[in-house]
Amino acid sequence: MTLARAAGVILAKELRTEFRSRELLGTTVVFVLIVIVLFSFTFNPTSSESRRFGPGLLWLAFLFAGSLMLQSSFLREQTNDTLAALRLAPIDPFSILAGKMAANFLFLLLVEVILLPVFAVLYNVAIFPVLGQLLLVLALGTIGLAATGTVFSAVAAQARLRELLLPLLLLPVLAPVLIAATEATIGVLRDPSELSLVWLTFLSCFDVVFLTAAWMVGEYLLEE
Amino acid sequence: MSTPLASSPKGGPGEVLRGGPGNGLQIQFTEVEKRYGMRLALRGVSLAIAAGECVALVGHNGSGKTTLLKIAAQLTQPSRGKIAFHAGENPISLEEVKSRVGMVGHHTLVYEELTAEENLIFFAKLFGLQNPAEKARQALQPVGLAGRATDLVRTFSRGMRQRLSIARALLASPGLLLLDEAGTGLDPEGQHWLGTTIKRLRDSGCTILMSTHGRNETQGAVTRAIRLDGGKITHDSGAGGNPNDVLVMAAVRDSGEEGAP
Repeated sequence: MTLARAAGVILAKELRTEFRSRELLGTTVVFVLIVIVLFSFTFNPTSSESRRFGPGLLWLAFLFAGSLMLQSSFLREQTNDTLAALRLAPIDPFSILAGKMAANFLFLLLVEVILLPVFAVLYNVAIFPVLGQLLLVLALGTIGLAATGTVFSAVAAQARLRELLLPLLLLPVLAPVLIAATEATIGVLRDPSELSLVWLTFLSCFDVVFLTAAWMVGEYLLEE
Repeated sequence: MSTPLASSPKGGPGEVLRGGPGNGLQIQFTEVEKRYGMRLALRGVSLAIAAGECVALVGHNGSGKTTLLKIAAQLTQPSRGKIAFHAGENPISLEEVKSRVGMVGHHTLVYEELTAEENLIFFAKLFGLQNPAEKARQALQPVGLAGRATDLVRTFSRGMRQRLSIARALLASPGLLLLDEAGTGLDPEGQHWLGTTIKRLRDSGCTILMSTHGRNETQGAVTRAIRLDGGKITHDSGAGGNPNDVLVMAAVRDSGEEGAP
């Protein structure tokens, strides 16, 4: 079975189990909503300065959402040791990671798309004229977040203190994504809007490097 | 409600629970050692298992049975030594072995948020089987879960989950079946069915390596018994020997320990 096909089968399983239980999406949306609303209380949301801070706060909220959501990506496989069942299958070990990365990417993107209008209202930002550019930045940043988070979720799931370990590992590694995505989002929301190729290239490079690294070490990450 | 377990003769509904004819794998463990931190789980185990043998591993908890099974399944790598597989005269790669191994583990290895049918279709797809839906339907029939095919696994009893786990392991007609206390959670009828199924698989040429505790229905199929103590093989009835001596000795020791204060 090809890597893409196996990853697709695992992605379909992830989507089916999540949309059936809706545990993860529901709690993450509520959590990020609370974070964004609380952030808005600390600033005057109508001032131009707070709109400048808005993208940073938005990405911080997404980062928290990621660390919450990605935690369970591999923990769920421990319930009946289903990770062993996946590893018993004659598939490339990276396809397990790839399927989960794709699922996490879609879940995070869905959370972001749901929360974007709330952010626009609370921070008085017009997002619809620049929606295409904004989605491009969101997609590139979220690929980095999902890829990195899935890899560290696999590592943390096998450790003691796993609930604490994932944020400790993930947040420092994602600092470059946070900076690049925030800067790119500030550019997009600026008047006049400007899509920064430098930051987009930076995000793309981060994504490619991390996906390649995950492909190279995937087999060892999933080993007991 | 689960349907009765199929105890059909060859050619009946139980037909799907067979290894491919003569497709049994030979396994060769050479000086296999497994270390978890400072603890040695296996100490230089050398063992050759011929195709079609049904080998019972007995021994106390922590004697290394599960570790040996995990190494055979390639779920964990030996710290030292090596493992090789042959199909007939030909060595086969470790990658190829995976498509020919079925395993029932300590845990059920099935997803609680999927139905029984969805679980089997999912694994059939991962094993690259043709017509996964049909394969899943066929696999559920003999384990008595056809009537619960569309129910979520989380609504199943422990025994039903175990039966589903066995159906999952047999889905791809394995040449090597690894059973880690597969009878756990099964009622007497289920134990009897499992014993019959193991015999049928053995007769069809499938190699079986299973860990077991005490006397149970599955031991009727055993052609060889090996006792592990502290990660070492201490008794082996041999390929042509009588496994009952080792099995009885293990049962006596286990019952003695259970009765001890």
